[in-house]
Amino acid sequence: MNNLVENNIWMMICTALVFFMHLGFAFLESGLTRQKNTINILFKNIFIITVGLLLYCLVGFNLMYPGDFNGFLGFAGFGLDAPLVDGALDLAYSDGYTYWTDFLFQGMFAATAATIVSGAVAERIKLGSFMIFVVIYVALIYPIAGSWKWGGGFLDELGFYDFAGSTLVHSVGGWAALVGVALLGARKGKFDKDGKTLVILGHNIPLATAGVLILWLGWFGFNGGSVLSADPELTSLTLVTTCLAASAGGVASFLVSNALYKNFDLTMFLNGILGGLVGITAGADLMSPTDAILIGAIAGVVIVLSVAFIDRLRLDDPVGAIAVHLMCGIWGTLAVGIFGSLAGGEQFIAQLIGVGSYAAICIVSSFIIFYTLKKTCGLRVSEKEELEGLDLHEHEMNAYADFRKNEH
Amino acid sequence: MKKIETIIRKSKFKAVKEALHEVGVNFFSYWDVTGLGNEKTGKVYRGVSYSTSDIQRRYLSIVVNDNFEEVAIQAIIKSASTGDVGDGKIFVSDVNESYRIRTGEKGNDTIN
Repeated sequence: MNNLVENNIWMMICTALVFFMHLGFAFLESGLTRQKNTINILFKNIFIITVGLLLYCLVGFNLMYPGDFNGFLGFAGFGLDAPLVDGALDLAYSDGYTYWTDFLFQGMFAATAATIVSGAVAERIKLGSFMIFVVIYVALIYPIAGSWKWGGGFLDELGFYDFAGSTLVHSVGGWAALVGVALLGARKGKFDKDGKTLVILGHNIPLATAGVLILWLGWFGFNGGSVLSADPELTSLTLVTTCLAASAGGVASFLVSNALYKNFDLTMFLNGILGGLVGITAGADLMSPTDAILIGAIAGVVIVLSVAFIDRLRLDDPVGAIAVHLMCGIWGTLAVGIFGSLAGGEQFIAQLIGVGSYAAICIVSSFIIFYTLKKTCGLRVSEKEELEGLDLHEHEMNAYADFRKNEH
Repeated sequence: MKKIETIIRKSKFKAVKEALHEVGVNFFSYWDVTGLGNEKTGKVYRGVSYSTSDIQRRYLSIVVNDNFEEVAIQAIIKSASTGDVGDGKIFVSDVNESYRIRTGEKGNDTIN
């Protein structure tokens, strides 16, 4: 308990950095979609961080960290229940952080998983249906799935490794994004009647760029805080691997997209940075700088190929969330079995089992939620609302009231 | 009195404005327009290539006395030309009358 003060300060700084990632998501998602849906996407982002934290306080934290449990599902009761000694907070809770810091740090993560979904289903999902999905997914699915590894559940026993959440956070969001996009269908005008992919331009690329750089900064806390203490060697190594993977991911992405499409596509560059970040997240504390660069670079290649592949499947993901969070999340998780200090056949199998287990719970649960919503209150806005914009119809507001309008 | 309407490249606006000033045409209105034409611009976004035929141009409306007609047209042709397809057009039409709102006077003196 010697370094509790220093450790706890570091963990609170990291908590704040992960909170800041929500601004990054808000910028990125609104920048890569059309201006007529800006209020809608920002509303979803704000809803997720506020309601997500409240739900994590009410049930999530105790579902994710139930203490001793059967390895699949446990619940330590509603609300927060700080451990006390003689009426004061029990500082023996952990060497790295206090109970309060633990809750808030984990709570910031929980909201992130749902934010990943909001970008993928943007510009056509009914706000009410999306809010119901978020409530169920953040309150129940994310923490139950998380307990399997971080809560000490069966995947933890099995030796599955996911340092900061390539799978537990990013793939959990990514699988739901995939299911949501498949059930929703593409935006009007994304594919023509012959199935050819058309272009729907994002409306503010400078905003998207700011979003990615903010997310990168937030990742200092996302990965740096996942050390769960201020351990000098591990925190600094983690920040180095995180930044190298981000850089390698971006560079690989822009080089590959340049080779394939003969242009310098900034949005691919940006997605590549995020792909590198998601990729390194599962093993950020295990990798050498060279490993980190390789993992990031491969993630960058995965991004470019995935974006084209997802288009070919006729799935419409406006911000590239499935490519970034699902594809690179899977890659990063498997990379723990290939690169770094845990690499080996047995570890690779454990990583595969982990990926498969999360695929199962996330696909099944998000399918049930989205499908039930589709059959009851409906998942998609009317064609008129979609054409005229969700801002006008769902919110009766305008994100840029004094700006010149265009037809989309 | 003549109305000279011209559609020019936005990048040539400064040159046209200065050329018109040189021949003594100091007053005109202009606005940005989007048109359709044969010109296509190829672009790529997130690995999907597409082309757009929307053309961004500037539209000038210049009303002058008859003796300015020829010099103004020559000034525009000279200053707005790049030699490539898409340099624009000039349309000339008669204007019946012109009034100055402040004083109520009419006729050639109200324009240049």
